[in-house]
Amino acid sequence: MSKTAEQILSDELLIPQPKEPLAHPMEGYLRTDRLPHIWCSTCGIGTVITAFIAGLQKSGLERDKVGVVSGIGCSGRAAGYLQLDSFHSTHGRAIAFATGVALGNPDMKVAVISGDGDIAAIGGNHFIHAARRNMNLAIICINNFNYAMTGGQAGPTTPESANASTAPYGAYEYPFNLPFLAESSGAVYVARWTSLHVRRVTNAIAEALVKPGFSFIEVIAPCPTLYARRNRLGSGLDLMRFYHDNAVIDHNADTRDIDIEYQKKIVVGKFVDKEKPTFLENKDAVLSAKLGDKYIPYKGA
Amino acid sequence: MAYWRAPLDLKKVEVPHGDIHINIEHCKGCNFCVEYCPREVLEMSVEFNRKGYHYPNVLKEGACVNCNLCEMICPEFSIFVLEGKTRHPEADEVIKGKEKS
Ligand SMILES: Cc1ncc(C[n+]2csc(CCOP(=O)(O)OP(=O)(O)O)c2C)c(N)n1
Ligand code: SF4
Ligand code: SF4
Ligand code: SF4
Ligand SMILES: [Mg+2]
Repeated sequence: MSKTAEQILSDELLIPQPKEPLAHPMEGYLRTDRLPHIWCSTCGIGTVITAFIAGLQKSGLERDKVGVVSGIGCSGRAAGYLQLDSFHSTHGRAIAFATGVALGNPDMKVAVISGDGDIAAIGGNHFIHAARRNMNLAIICINNFNYAMTGGQAGPTTPESANASTAPYGAYEYPFNLPFLAESSGAVYVARWTSLHVRRVTNAIAEALVKPGFSFIEVIAPCPTLYARRNRLGSGLDLMRFYHDNAVIDHNADTRDIDIEYQKKIVVGKFVDKEKPTFLENKDAVLSAKLGDKYIPYKGA
Repeated sequence: MAYWRAPLDLKKVEVPHGDIHINIEHCKGCNFCVEYCPREVLEMSVEFNRKGYHYPNVLKEGACVNCNLCEMICPEFSIFVLEGKTRHPEADEVIKGKEKS
């Protein structure tokens, strides 16, 4: 094979060729051509994605048996950076799309990675009904207490009295307590962590991915650019320090008691981990009992 | 565990060691890796990368224990640690009062 002009030049001048740069151990799971990603400096979303990849590796699931669906928002960009069967859906509809993927591919585990606004506001109905039906989904909700992508508006998790662009005098709505909402809607696995608890988040994601049924993990993460700036809370690093000082681990906490108040203690932990037949298991059991051999359970294409 | 004097079997003790790799151009200078490294191995640079962010430098080569926390907490996939050879700790790493973390 003939040498290229650069090779001849470098041979002659003895320019040392740069060594093949070592690959990040997670590179195989990332669309590296899109990196660096769009998230701001000290934003917590990137850490959650690292934890997701580590959790996926830990779960032992084959990568072609895992799908990721996101909605719209800063958090919703997650699907676009993962080198998996991933789909960036429309605002609020991540769980609806994921339900379709899960029912069409019963041997696949579908994870939803999206924001508090996407999952609990516009997507709130999909959320409670997928939990009620015990759909085989793992929901990772990145809660940064606001609609970040659109400019820091108040959303369903904005704590009372926190400043937001649509609440310049402080929010006065009652926020959702997401783990309580998930548990009371029927989720079989419910946890809350912050992005500081990377190893806990990783383990929770690994557990949720192998757990049949509807799992819900809330991950509180810094949005320095909007939430923290509007509330003069400093950078994402300052919020990480706040989580360090104010997160209280209590796995036995009753989810009714773990509302988040503005800049107060945050109760974190794994609150629910129980067994219950999934939507498809119930459907197959009921229809097989009624229809006998006439019913052929769908096992995937 | 810290001791008053160097234990006699010090030379038999082996600690894990990690080789740190930093992709400085992807770093956004968040400081998480520097702040949370349990061994204070890293420090932020004075220099800027092409996007104008400071990035971590290895301050104490050899002190990394391959715990991977920096890799896990980095939001940018810009620092990672690969398993290096284990090494024998220096006496002043285990003597009381000198332990860092
Ligand atoms: C149907 C529809 N309504 C509104 C919007 C505008 N919109 C885009 S992202 C977003 C909120 C995102 O908030 P969240 O889900 O919390 O994600 P974050 O950006 O905070 O990570 C809104 C309202 C939209 N894209 N589509
Ligand atoms: S606006 Fe907030 S949530 Fe969005 S990327 Fe920036 S810091 Fe993260
Ligand atoms: S692997 Fe652990 S000890 Fe080594 S640099 Fe990273 S955080 Fe520090
Ligand atoms: S954690 Fe990552 S992005 Fe943050 S300073 Fe360290 S290398 Fe840079
Ligand atoms: Mg949000």
